[in-house]
Amino acid sequence: MRRAWDEVGPPLVGVVAVVLIWALVAAVTDTASIPSPAVVWSAFLDGVRDGTIPEATLKTLIRLAFAFALSIAIGALVGAGMALNEFARRSVRPIIVAMQITPFVAWLPIAVIWFGATERAVVFVTIVGAFPSMTLATLSAVRQVPPILKRAGATMGARGWTMYREVIVPAAMPGFVAGLQQAWGFAWKALMAAELIITAAGATGLGHLLTEESADVPALLAVLGVIVVIGVAVDYLVFHRLDRHVRKRRGLLVEG
Amino acid sequence: MSEAAPNVVDLASLRSAGPPKLEVRDLVQTRITTSGQSVTAVDHVTFEVATGEFVCLLGPSGCGKTSILNILAGLDRPFSGEARLDGHPISGPGPDRAVLFQEPALFPWLSVAANIELALKLVGTPADRRPELARTWLANVGLERFATVQPHELSEGMRQRAALARALATDPDVLLGDEPFGSLDAQARELLQDEVQRVWVEREGRATFLFVTHNVREAALLADRVLVMSAAPGHLIEEVRISAPRPRSLDDVLVARVVSEIHEILMREVDKGTGR
Repeated sequence: MRRAWDEVGPPLVGVVAVVLIWALVAAVTDTASIPSPAVVWSAFLDGVRDGTIPEATLKTLIRLAFAFALSIAIGALVGAGMALNEFARRSVRPIIVAMQITPFVAWLPIAVIWFGATERAVVFVTIVGAFPSMTLATLSAVRQVPPILKRAGATMGARGWTMYREVIVPAAMPGFVAGLQQAWGFAWKALMAAELIITAAGATGLGHLLTEESADVPALLAVLGVIVVIGVAVDYLVFHRLDRHVRKRRGLLVEG
Repeated sequence: MSEAAPNVVDLASLRSAGPPKLEVRDLVQTRITTSGQSVTAVDHVTFEVATGEFVCLLGPSGCGKTSILNILAGLDRPFSGEARLDGHPISGPGPDRAVLFQEPALFPWLSVAANIELALKLVGTPADRRPELARTWLANVGLERFATVQPHELSEGMRQRAALARALATDPDVLLGDEPFGSLDAQARELLQDEVQRVWVEREGRATFLFVTHNVREAALLADRVLVMSAAPGHLIEEVRISAPRPRSLDDVLVARVVSEIHEILMREVDKGTGR
């Protein structure tokens, strides 16, 4: 019981505080552009009941799963390749860093020109937003493998691909998982921006809903809430847990 | 004129059957300091280790003894000179030469038993034989109850014991030890020294052990032969043979005598270095 409170308590207090302040501001200002939490909640229930929010959420998550998986695969491969080869690292790293620094929204116009206002343009922007951080995380995870473990592996007879499979990849896992968590954040942001701006005919998604509902403030805020909750939930339930699990197993977690 | 330093150790008596197990000839190793200068760490060192012999390379910190060990392990290349295994130049690391490092170097993502099983896997032991061999070796070093725990849950001494089990489980011809007990408390160190003596004796002349240490008592306790090195740039200054019966203990009169003999050699070396 105490443990559960330790984990959930403080963030819960933060959320409740925000909702209270929001309710207060809505009551004091009393304008249509700041609806109260109760109004937004009922707009959310309406959206669920008429099927728009579930459908958009599902579409968005499918798109995300595809783009995120590709980002991870590309990032892991490019990052590992850079870690393997000095020349590749020195030639490719500046480009990846440049892509990492460039705001992903800057890719939107050119994505539309290359792919049209299509699903592919949305996926392209998401990948461009997420894979650079995955690449750099993979690179540093592999490079930070303690030399002593590689030396130990070498004296045990591991070399080449075997060294990678048995020593380097597992040793790099904590850094790799941290990269996943970071890339998830970037993918989610990039996808929402892409969905918001690239509105393909007939396409739907949470980002699209933001454009469609822009006249209906409670519905708009309800969709925004869904976006926030999904982002946080995946970050916490998937990546934070995975990170803790990996580090705990290796004794890298300081608190019990 | 200085006296001729006995840098070349005559081991004709040991050279009865074929080439020596380990051979170091005219070895020079350099090291780049933090200020970017290249300094000589190992200065024309020559010695041999016969099959089944237990040799300790003894010297002060920074005398280059670890450099020699790393070259024999195949982890580093010498600046000049040669390192041979069974008469063949050493070109890289291999499971025929297990290494005990200063730190246990266990893989933190694997359980203690899985660490040993991985070592067995890497030398091609069939999967169905690995768990049993791992269990046997853990029992051998008194860790049978800790097979399923992660390395970080063990004490430093227990981790180094697990590392010893992992090193020996694959039945290597040679065990190279790089001050493996240096960071342990006195009790854990004694336990491991006994362990090492015991496994070496059990192998009845098949296993060649070469340990690097700066601990005179440890060298006297473990070795058939102690090669004493000078301070940097390290070269061999003396060879001490120890014929005390095994298992030895630090209380043995013979061991104690060897300890004081080596101390004397080291003191002479210090005098030579400071004033004349």
